[in-house]
Order: sequence, then structure tokens, then C-alpha cells
Amino acid sequence: MNLRAAPNFRAIWAIYRVEMARAFRTVLQSIISPVISTSLYFVVFGSAIGSRITEIDGIAYGAFIVPGLMMLSLLTQSISNASFAIYFPKFVGSIYELLSAPVSYLEIIIAYVGGAATKSVMLGLIILATAALFVPLRIEHPFWMIAFLVLTAVTFSLFGFIIGIWAKTFEQLQLVPLLIVTPLTFLGGSFYSIHMLPGIWKTITLFNPVVYLISGFRWSFYGKADVSVGVSLGMTVMFLAICIAIVAWIFKTGYRLRN
Amino acid sequence: MSSIISISGVTKTYATGFKALKEINLDIERGEIFALLGPNGAGKTTLISIVCGIVNRSSGTVTVDGHDIGRDYRAARSLIGLVPQELTIDAFETVWATVNYSRGLFGKAPNKEFVEKVLRDLSLWEKKDSKAITLSGGMKRRLMIAKALSHEPRVLFLDEPTAGVDVELRQDMWAMVRRLREDGVTIILTTHYIEEAEAMADRVGVINKGEIILVEGKAELMRKLGRKQMNLELRAPLAAVPDGLSHYSLELSDDGNQLTYTYDNQSDRPGVASLIRDLEAAGVQFRDLDTKNSSLEEIFVNLLRQEP
Repeated sequence: MNLRAAPNFRAIWAIYRVEMARAFRTVLQSIISPVISTSLYFVVFGSAIGSRITEIDGIAYGAFIVPGLMMLSLLTQSISNASFAIYFPKFVGSIYELLSAPVSYLEIIIAYVGGAATKSVMLGLIILATAALFVPLRIEHPFWMIAFLVLTAVTFSLFGFIIGIWAKTFEQLQLVPLLIVTPLTFLGGSFYSIHMLPGIWKTITLFNPVVYLISGFRWSFYGKADVSVGVSLGMTVMFLAICIAIVAWIFKTGYRLRN
Repeated sequence: MSSIISISGVTKTYATGFKALKEINLDIERGEIFALLGPNGAGKTTLISIVCGIVNRSSGTVTVDGHDIGRDYRAARSLIGLVPQELTIDAFETVWATVNYSRGLFGKAPNKEFVEKVLRDLSLWEKKDSKAITLSGGMKRRLMIAKALSHEPRVLFLDEPTAGVDVELRQDMWAMVRRLREDGVTIILTTHYIEEAEAMADRVGVINKGEIILVEGKAELMRKLGRKQMNLELRAPLAAVPDGLSHYSLELSDDGNQLTYTYDNQSDRPGVASLIRDLEAAGVQFRDLDTKNSSLEEIFVNLLRQEP
């Protein structure tokens, strides 16, 4: 292998830095607004409604919803960060530079998805810190908490990247997060245990992939889960594998990038 | 091997079935300025985009300094700088950030001195902390060039570089192109402003409807396909070309004051001397005379006209 064929780490770093710079440039949108919306959830669900629910599975309701809230933001922000990051250059045309640069598809993915996932993880931790101001928290399995956090951020950043490449309009860019991801997250047990649902709905809910993410993530906090942790992990990894397969196909065919 | 870019048998058919390129074969010599001429939609941008890796070719091979653009894309692309036609920049980045980004993207180690030099050469240094969105159109064009030069390319593509550009920038740009050429950079520019090719290029290629219809040295092209015209300003207007001169291809202006003789300057017997003798014999007197070569533009228009 000659030197020229070596990985272009400088390109990964260049893209990653631009992505991170954008987050800090738009601090209000990327960091402050999720903090505000999380606080609102705590006021509405945690205090107003939560005061009547008291506890689920032996966990105070306010604390119970923290992992779900983190997942809610993690999912939507990972998708919107990554999809916007690749859609925007496509939209304004500046993607020509990326396509004409000596970078491999893998490097492009690592840089963009890495940037989006980093921002999401940071956001998740900020929400966690915000939540700690409202409710007493405990994290029984910190390693798994971080593992789920990172795995989910990467998976959904990858998913967002796919949406960003697929989307031809800003409307399409918003469509999947709005019509699919948000409902799935709300119905995925962010605010309740799926054991609380009546029979048939409990079964239907098991087809919702987000259930596994939230359940596994909540287990890492409180040691209680709706479905077994192994299944949660397996489902997350499976979704990651599906995203990787789609991305591999996109890059093999040049789909909507190089026509 | 003297050619730096070698394009052979390249075709491009878009998904819509549109054949943008039909069998392109073209070699670009190392260190030359090559002008690719053609009307809008001829396939100029498609061809450039294929060489630069932005568009996938349907068939054929392209090598850049011996590196195949498919198999060995890293080596091939790292040699190329591209200034596209459209002004497409991330509007929220500063000039400094975006030019350094371009350098990094092409795998070059950071080099502040070099980037500073590029910005100074393009009169962008004072604007280095401005966001791209605040720049004027001309400044944005300079920025696009700075980005392309930031990674020290050996081949520079300029796609319609002077479309909608003011005189000052155009002159700066031409001066820059000459400087780059002195440094051994190969330059390929597409244009439909023929004066540009006429002023700058060593060689000219004409592309029309996805086919290269001609590649020639500019000087040879103008000599071969160029025609010469001699204009004679008459002392007294003529009503018609005198009978004794009808075997020359003469044209009389509407007011009868000017006689134009068109001839092939390659010919051994262009007939200029005999025409002047015959004019005298016919009693036609002239005050002044000038000759001119047809411009590249006229050659170009004639070429396209000959196309079916």
C-alpha cells in the first residue's frame, strides 16, 4: 500500500471540526432549546401529572421518565444533526468539494456521524445534568448507561445521515423524524412502563424498536426493564447493522450523491 | 509520458436516458492551458465532473498523472483543484475556516503561511474573518478559487471562471492563471466566452452535443481554420463589383464605399497581389486597406454550424 492510499485522517478531522463548530455557532438551537424543552417535560409530566402517579416499578415517576426523556432528545437530535449536516451541502451545492476530495465513503461517514453523535451524547449528558436538578437520580450500571447512550447516538446519527442523503426537499428532511420517530418515541415507553398497557397494546408495542432502546437505557439507571437487557442490546445492534447495510448500499451505488 | 490527464472512451448516460457524453477521448498535456469550448449543454461540466469524481462515468477510463480515477481515486483527486461554475460555499463559515477546511479535506497538513499567501494573492486577506455570506459575488468567486488552490493542486479546473465577473477580477484571474502555469500547474478552463480562450489557451478543444469535434493548438487552429479578410476603403462609391473582378470573392458594402475580399491565408496563391493589380486595371481606387484574421469566435461558430 503506498502512502497516497493511506486513510485521510486530516479530512475526517476537518469535517468533524466543521460539524462541531456549527454546534457551537448555533448554541441556542443545539443546546439551550433541548434543555428548555426537557425542563418543560419535568414541570408538566414530572410535577403536575407525576404528583398523582407517584411511582412505577418502585421508581419515583419524575426519576422514571429521565431515561426516556434523554432518549427522546437523543433520537431526534441525532437524526436532525446528521441529516442536516449532509443535506445542507447537497442543497447549496457545496457537496462538490466533498465528492471531489480524496476521501473514502467510510471516512465521510466517520466524520459526519461522529460529529452528530458527539453532539447528541453531549446533549444527553446536559439533559441528565438538568434532570438531576429536578429529581434524585441513581445510575446502577454507568458503563451500560454510556454504552447505550453512545450506541444509540451513533445508530440514529447514521439513520439521520441516510435520511439526509435520501431527502430531496426540506419537507422530506422533516418527514421521517416528525411522522415516524417522534410517535415511536412517545409510544415507546418514555413516560410509562409498557406493563401498564392493556393486553393487545402490550404486544403491538413490542414491534416498536424504540421500546427496546428506552427499556435497556432505563435498566442501566434503575436495574428495572420492560424487556430483557440482552434483547434491548440485540435490537439496538440490529438496527445499527441495518443502517450500516443501507449506507454501504448508498455508497456502492452513489445513490443521490454521484449520479 | 507527457499527458497529465488521459481520457479514453468515456461516455455518460444519465438515468433519464440522456446521453451527455458520447465516447470522449482527450489528452491534456502537462503544464498547458487547455480551453474546452462549447455551447451550453454541450457536456463541458459533465466531463469535468467525471474527471473530478463528482459524477460517475458510464464507461471508459480516466487517469490523472497515471492514477486511475476509480481504482486510485485518492492519488488522482489529491492532484486536482476544482473551481465550479456556481458559487456554492457554506455561507456561515469564515473565509479562513473554509479555506483551511478545504486543505484538510484534501489531506494536506495545516500550513498557515501557505493559506495566507493564497488569500493575499486573491485579495482576500482583509476578509479572512468575514463569513462567506457577507461577501460580494466577486469575492465569493475569489474564495472558491482560494479553496481550490488551498491544497496545492497540480491540475486546476476552472469551470466558466469569468461568467458574470467584473473586469478587475477577470484580469486578476488571468494573471493568476499565468502565474500558476509558470509553476507548472496544468489548467483546464471551460468557457463560452471565446475571447478568454483566445487570450489564454495553448490548445483548444471544441465539444458539442457530447462529442469532442476538434482539438488543436490555438495558433494552428486559427491558421488552419481562420480566414483572412482584406478591407478596401474606396475613394468613390461603386454601384456594383466591376465585371472584370467577378472571379474574386468580393463583397461590396451597402453604401458602396467598402470592398471586402475574403481569402484563405494558407493558400499558396492568396490572390492579394493580383487583386490589387486588377483593381487598378478596372480603375477602382482605394484610400486605405487593412487585413484581419478571423477570431476564434468566428471559427467556433463556423465549426458548430458545420455540425449536423
